[in-house]
Amino acid sequence: MPHDHDHPHSLLPPDPALRVKALETILTEKGLVDPAALDEIIDTYQNRIGPRNGARVVARMWCDPGFREEMLKDPMPRLREMGLYGRQGEHMVFVENTRDVHNVVVCTLCSCYPWPLLGIPPGWYKSDAYRARVVREPRKVLAEFGVDLPGETRVRVWDSTAEIRYLVVPQRPEGTDGMDEPDLAALVTRDSMVGTGLVPGPTP
Amino acid sequence: MSRVHDMGGRFGDGTVAPGEDAVFAAPWHGRALALTLAAGALGHWTIDASRHARESLSPRDYARFSYYEKWLAALADMLVARGIVTEDELQAGHAAEQSSLSERALMAGSVAGVLKSGSVYDRAGPAPALVVGARVRTRRPARNTMVEGGHTRLPGYAAGATGTVVRLHGTHVFPDSNAHGLGEAPEPLYAVAFEARELWGAAAEGDEVIVDLWQSYLEPA
Repeated sequence: MPHDHDHPHSLLPPDPALRVKALETILTEKGLVDPAALDEIIDTYQNRIGPRNGARVVARMWCDPGFREEMLKDPMPRLREMGLYGRQGEHMVFVENTRDVHNVVVCTLCSCYPWPLLGIPPGWYKSDAYRARVVREPRKVLAEFGVDLPGETRVRVWDSTAEIRYLVVPQRPEGTDGMDEPDLAALVTRDSMVGTGLVPGPTP
Repeated sequence: MSRVHDMGGRFGDGTVAPGEDAVFAAPWHGRALALTLAAGALGHWTIDASRHARESLSPRDYARFSYYEKWLAALADMLVARGIVTEDELQAGHAAEQSSLSERALMAGSVAGVLKSGSVYDRAGPAPALVVGARVRTRRPARNTMVEGGHTRLPGYAAGATGTVVRLHGTHVFPDSNAHGLGEAPEPLYAVAFEARELWGAAAEGDEVIVDLWQSYLEPA
């Protein structure tokens, strides 16, 4: 059995599922972890907190100019009011896409992401390829998501190196003038709020 | 000087796979996340220390471990380093004794409240010395000046680069200090915009990378 004193994790079983199980068993037996609390955390992020939260805010910003202005200035008071405050969303900044500027968010050093508005980041956001490349060649990475930006649109990549969490406010698609907030929110995708997608227009 | 996690700008990683988008791609992923949050609630390390623990995996482990394997390995390492779990317990897969910290355990009924309350990272502290529009140059090399090989949030690709302050974020806990138990040492935090060409040599005109940087990473340019 390898025994690296700097890295005690090598004492755990090699299979990751067994490694979690072993650690959970040890911590539960020590009285440090309540398995029911783990179930609760998983359920929260699997089923209750996700990109629908962010979509609701974006749709409201599209419909309510006063609200949009407040959110671009300091979103925290309204987010608290809407029950969208929480872990990994304590210091939100909203950045708005326009015809001239397209914003994209990454965390090159780890995986920082606005959990209360978007949930747990997807695998690609945490991947080496995304972290390494989107700062250097954002247009190529966006093309891999099917997003081709006009040459005159400037790309602004936000690297989340601090506890500030960024949410991209995508452009409202054409042909949605008569739509209400819930219908608009249904159009807003997770990727559009990270900046790796555009919001599709309504299907006719 | 650099550590393996500092990969912004690196070549060779291949294409991004937008299809990888399950919340938890395997059941143990959710378990690993939950276990990490629950253990964090014991209050024996900060978010900065836990990031540093992941970054401190050997480059070989960092590269071969999947995302949540890094979390688990860092969690095991921190539990042992803080004396909460012993190496013998890790090896046995069972506890040798109850922990004296057990009254701090996060119980199911408290989860919702803990996740909702979050923890703020801004602090009273020195006022910002820089204004929006100020031209600044970042420290080079990107390194922790208090602890050799220590935690820092200045990415290597942005070291020694000249940019412009575009936002003041207030005064925030300084990770380079806090990760090592040297105190929160709050500093003004700024969003600094760099022309992509300044960072990469070649890029589309007008494209920018914006990085959140603490005051001591910066000097007037």
